[in-house]
Amino acid sequence: MTFAYEIPLLILLLVTAGGAILMKDLMSAVLLLGCYSFFLALVWAWLGAVDVAFVEVVVGAGLATVLFLLTLFGTAPKDGRLRRPPPPLAALVALPLLGVLMLYAAKDLPEFGDPNSPASVHISPMYLQRSFQDTHTPNVVTSVLMDYRSLDTMVETVVIFTAGIACVLLLRRNVS
Amino acid sequence: MIQPHDSIIVQSLGRFLVPVVQIFGLYVLFFGQYGPGGGFVGGVILGTSMILAILIFGHDASRSRLAKKLLHGDGVGMLIYAGVGGLCLIGGGEFLNYAHLEIPGLEPAARRSLGILLTQIGVAVDVAVSAISIVFSLSAEEIIEDSMNG
Repeated sequence: MTFAYEIPLLILLLVTAGGAILMKDLMSAVLLLGCYSFFLALVWAWLGAVDVAFVEVVVGAGLATVLFLLTLFGTAPKDGRLRRPPPPLAALVALPLLGVLMLYAAKDLPEFGDPNSPASVHISPMYLQRSFQDTHTPNVVTSVLMDYRSLDTMVETVVIFTAGIACVLLLRRNVS
Repeated sequence: MIQPHDSIIVQSLGRFLVPVVQIFGLYVLFFGQYGPGGGFVGGVILGTSMILAILIFGHDASRSRLAKKLLHGDGVGMLIYAGVGGLCLIGGGEFLNYAHLEIPGLEPAARRSLGILLTQIGVAVDVAVSAISIVFSLSAEEIIEDSMNG
């Protein structure tokens, strides 16, 4: 029975996400966000995307938490507002409508793991069949990322490089 | 500036944990072709281990010196990645077509495997250096105060 831990996991996701938004103490909010990343990684692992789960744990729960905490040490650790401003009426009406619309549209998506869905009949079978003899790399995710789609990954690396450079330029302007 | 942590427990734990985390990062980086992991995750783990060393032992400790030296290597990861692509161009193929890496005695599949490994190292260096430089710049304000005081 798959319901044994799926439903509690998704409930924990919702609870940690809501807690991270509502928490007054920003330090607790950051740690709750780390918990949220960890539960999200469990969801990825449950769906079979182990590589994505690994990245989520390391970046979301590890690195991002450290960066948030360092930012908090430089600023104020508490949300000083006594009362948060209430959400605007337009958002209260529009966001549930958007959610209902997305749920309605999700009915037309192919079922998870459907072998006849467009994603799994177009080019994925070729990758899966030829990856090992083409590249001698058993992990197909790595061979797709680094060989078949290498240019995309290179531009992704450029994005990370640009982010690092931009942080240095914005935050260290007074250091010679 | 981040001062070294006072507690002896944190210090000894860090002395034990940092090398373990670094070895695990290298394992993830080089095992990415055979299991989950790869350049991005390995780079983040390596960078995080050095951030841990900075947070525990302070900016000036000898264990943080590697991270400071690495800061000068910003862009080396990109250079490795694009350089592998350029080598493929020199070998007569398309950009980043690893089968045209000019290494005698290797069949195309083995060359592709080697190319994947090299580009993964490039990604890992890039990600690690970016993470460390973001952490350094986030704690930069305090560096300015320190240089004004002393």
